Amino acid sequence: MIQEHLDILLIAIVTASACALPGVFLVLRRMTLMSDAISHAILPGIVLAFFLTHSLSSPLMILAAAATGVLTVVFVELLQKTKLVKEDAAIGLTFPALFSIGVILISRFSSNIHLDIDAVLLGELAYAPLNRLEISVYDLGPVSLYVMGGMLLLNLAFIIIFYKELKLATFDVSLAATLGFAPALIHYGLMTLVSMTTVGAFDAVGSILVVALIAGPPATAYLMTDSLTRMLVLSVIIGCMNAVSGYWLSFLLNVSIAGTIATVTFFVFGLIFMIVPNRGLISIARRHIRQKWEFAQTMLVIHLFNHEGLPEAQDESEIAHLHEHLRWEPTFATRVVKYALNNRYVSQQATQLMLTDRGRSIAQQALVQ
Amino acid sequence: MQAPDVKAIEVTDLTVAYRETPVLWDIDLDVPPGVLLAIVGPNGAGKTTLIKAILGLVRPAAGNVLIYNKPYALQRKIVGYVPQRGSVDWDFPTNVLDVVMMGRYGALGWIRRPGKQDREMAMHALEKVGMEKYTTRQISQLSGGQQQRVFLARALVQDATIYLMDEPFQGVDATTERAIISLLQELRENGKTVVVVHHDLQTVTDYFDWVTLLNIRRIASGPVDETFTSDNLRETYGGRIAFMKNR
Amino acid sequence: MDNLYFLTRFDYTLIIVSIGAALLGTVSGALGTYAVLRRQSLLGDAISHAALPGIAIAFLLTGSKTPLILVLGAAVAGWLGTLIILSIVRLTRIKYDSALGLVLSTFFGFGLVLLTFIQRSGNANQAGLDDFIFGQAATILKRDVLTIGILGGVALIIMVIFWKELKLLIFDEGFAASIGLPTRSLDILLTSLLVIAIVLGLQAVGAVLMSAMLVAPAVAARQWTDRLNLMVTLAACFGAFAGVSGTIISSSATGIPTGPTIILCATVAVGFSIAFAPNRGLLWNSIKQRRNRRNLKIATNKFVGATAAENQIKENDTRTS
Repeated sequence: MIQEHLDILLIAIVTASACALPGVFLVLRRMTLMSDAISHAILPGIVLAFFLTHSLSSPLMILAAAATGVLTVVFVELLQKTKLVKEDAAIGLTFPALFSIGVILISRFSSNIHLDIDAVLLGELAYAPLNRLEISVYDLGPVSLYVMGGMLLLNLAFIIIFYKELKLATFDVSLAATLGFAPALIHYGLMTLVSMTTVGAFDAVGSILVVALIAGPPATAYLMTDSLTRMLVLSVIIGCMNAVSGYWLSFLLNVSIAGTIATVTFFVFGLIFMIVPNRGLISIARRHIRQKWEFAQTMLVIHLFNHEGLPEAQDESEIAHLHEHLRWEPTFATRVVKYALNNRYVSQQATQLMLTDRGRSIAQQALVQ
Repeated sequence: MQAPDVKAIEVTDLTVAYRETPVLWDIDLDVPPGVLLAIVGPNGAGKTTLIKAILGLVRPAAGNVLIYNKPYALQRKIVGYVPQRGSVDWDFPTNVLDVVMMGRYGALGWIRRPGKQDREMAMHALEKVGMEKYTTRQISQLSGGQQQRVFLARALVQDATIYLMDEPFQGVDATTERAIISLLQELRENGKTVVVVHHDLQTVTDYFDWVTLLNIRRIASGPVDETFTSDNLRETYGGRIAFMKNR
Repeated sequence: MDNLYFLTRFDYTLIIVSIGAALLGTVSGALGTYAVLRRQSLLGDAISHAALPGIAIAFLLTGSKTPLILVLGAAVAGWLGTLIILSIVRLTRIKYDSALGLVLSTFFGFGLVLLTFIQRSGNANQAGLDDFIFGQAATILKRDVLTIGILGGVALIIMVIFWKELKLLIFDEGFAASIGLPTRSLDILLTSLLVIAIVLGLQAVGAVLMSAMLVAPAVAARQWTDRLNLMVTLAACFGAFAGVSGTIISSSATGIPTGPTIILCATVAVGFSIAFAPNRGLLWNSIKQRRNRRNLKIATNKFVGATAAENQIKENDTRTS
């Protein structure tokens, strides 16, 4: 029993890590939806490979699916090149068509094969440890663990070896091309890896939830850091944490494991989005309130500055008229004036506001930037 | 031309900010009726934003815009707008006549469809810009200059008193540029007010009679011969820091 | 006698399913046009996936499988998903595609959690809820056709009423706002219409394939015409055609599921249109290009210097491509 839990957890962790790594580059290259397309479109490849090998975990399967995945990418790009179809529509056309072919193949020949669309699409992590790698009498552990472990190593190797090229091709395609780094090659290399990772993850989480593993942790990490290296590390950590807590929750509630991991992914994203410093909702709101008053004071000093020494200055700097000129609520204007007086940006002379030296330099700075 | 009491457009203390970055700081601008005005300034000076703020397309953080002494919402029907050509998808399935008729939608109001009279107005506008031969042409098959003429025709059928145009000369050929400017001058002769976001400093004195120099704040505004001075230009395009010290 | 009875029964089902599929194709084809023109083709995919938890929650709350209630749940969840996507894009540095992928997969995952929860809670009435994942056109009943017809009809009527406003909104939003159209509200209206089209189609085609029902007819229609009204009409026709032909083909043999067959029929229409449509189609373009080149070559030999013509050919090529 404990062994089974451990197996499932290990598979979940390895799968999440393997998906998060290429996911970082997809998110940065604005190609997340390509993973959605690939994860659906490789179905016919899987079915055809299954016809040939009658096994769901042969290496041929992964190769066939990867080929179909790359074919999908090529097909989407060809459609776009005709200029008759925009990119989003090209993706939206290609993967449902290929997926339909896969579904029809499965249902047409379902009597001969033990391949279930439910399993392919939705996955069932609980069954993953049942298929074990056995050499003579030794039980070496679940097959999926080896498959996904291999994918994890492959992705890691690709990213480490081509780190510089990937980075360049992601941020500046034309520069990468002029420097001779063949961004197209990097692009297709990445797409091949995504296809292979996706098909490997099928067993565990199914095709739709692969997208949650690929897009979720990198998107969450993107909120937290500006550095690519840190984003890669964070994505893997977040992916693993989502997998572990998702599995644990699903066990408690007795519901779909993959579904729970996806749900946790969403809530972790939401949580980070709320609390992360600088980019989070809470700090945005806080900054917004602070800046509102700062901004209003700057507006006030600029207003006075612009009219300083001009004939209309008398009217424009009349405290009672300020809210009319600036179209502010009277109460708002009163508060802004109070703050500005406290900060010694302005001084009050009878009913007029006068700029102090400090206020004048604030206005000048604001105008120069 | 300088009837100081009537102002076609009156902008007072206008500040616009996108999130935390201010795009326009405390702008005051009076446009007298019947002028052909160029808004000039470097990239990122807030020229397009100023036009959009006048049209109520962006919400100002402070300040006010009046069109003939009334808020824009009440004066919509006397204002015509020519957006930047690049702001729309020219592969949209529609033809030249159809785009021009969109200029009538404001006058038509909800639900009512354009009728024969609207079609005639559209045809007339197309003749004015020399595009009457292209009525059924799909808009993606037009050159840049022709697309700009279509946009101009759409503004003409709005039959407005004030026209606001965002870079109508961008990416057009020399013939079109001459055709457009003579059209704008004709509009001015008919007492319309035309405000144009303009890029080419060389042509300001030839084309326009009024100019606003803008760089986040308004540097200067007035008749071209008084306002379009090298001092003001230096203030607008560079040497800003030096200016601040001198003040 | 018995045989005959079965035959009429069979035909009756087929007719009901065909009518349902045709109506669905019409509604999603027409409204999908707007999604494609706004480059929101994949938003439909997100909405259809995001609808799943809504269906499950609607069932959990009411315990009923009345189409209207499930559709309502789906619509609310679909809308919520769209709202979250737009907020993520607006408030963070995360781009549209990632936000879409995140919401699509996690909402769907949550839907799965709820479905497994319902299944394990042993509610006898729950059978058929997972039809919304893969679609089960064969289970379309008369009451479903009625729901599709009424809701879809209302959506199409609204589309026609606000025709010129919606057209202006998607062509030139800035201009639309400048003449006083409430672009925000129109945007919400248009998205709502799209949500209706999607949730109506879920039962028949399923969450996975529904987006193609929006995209394919519109893309096919775009190749044949340069007018919006014709494009919407044609897309509706292509959608209806795909619905009916897919239903008939799948009923002609065992083991061919209806939803995927409908999608493939629509895809065939796209392929045919892209290849053979006049003016825009690939065949037409290659003929035109070849003719241009030949004419120019003759002209070159006769009159002009070779380099000038070469440039002209290049220019023509870029224009036609």
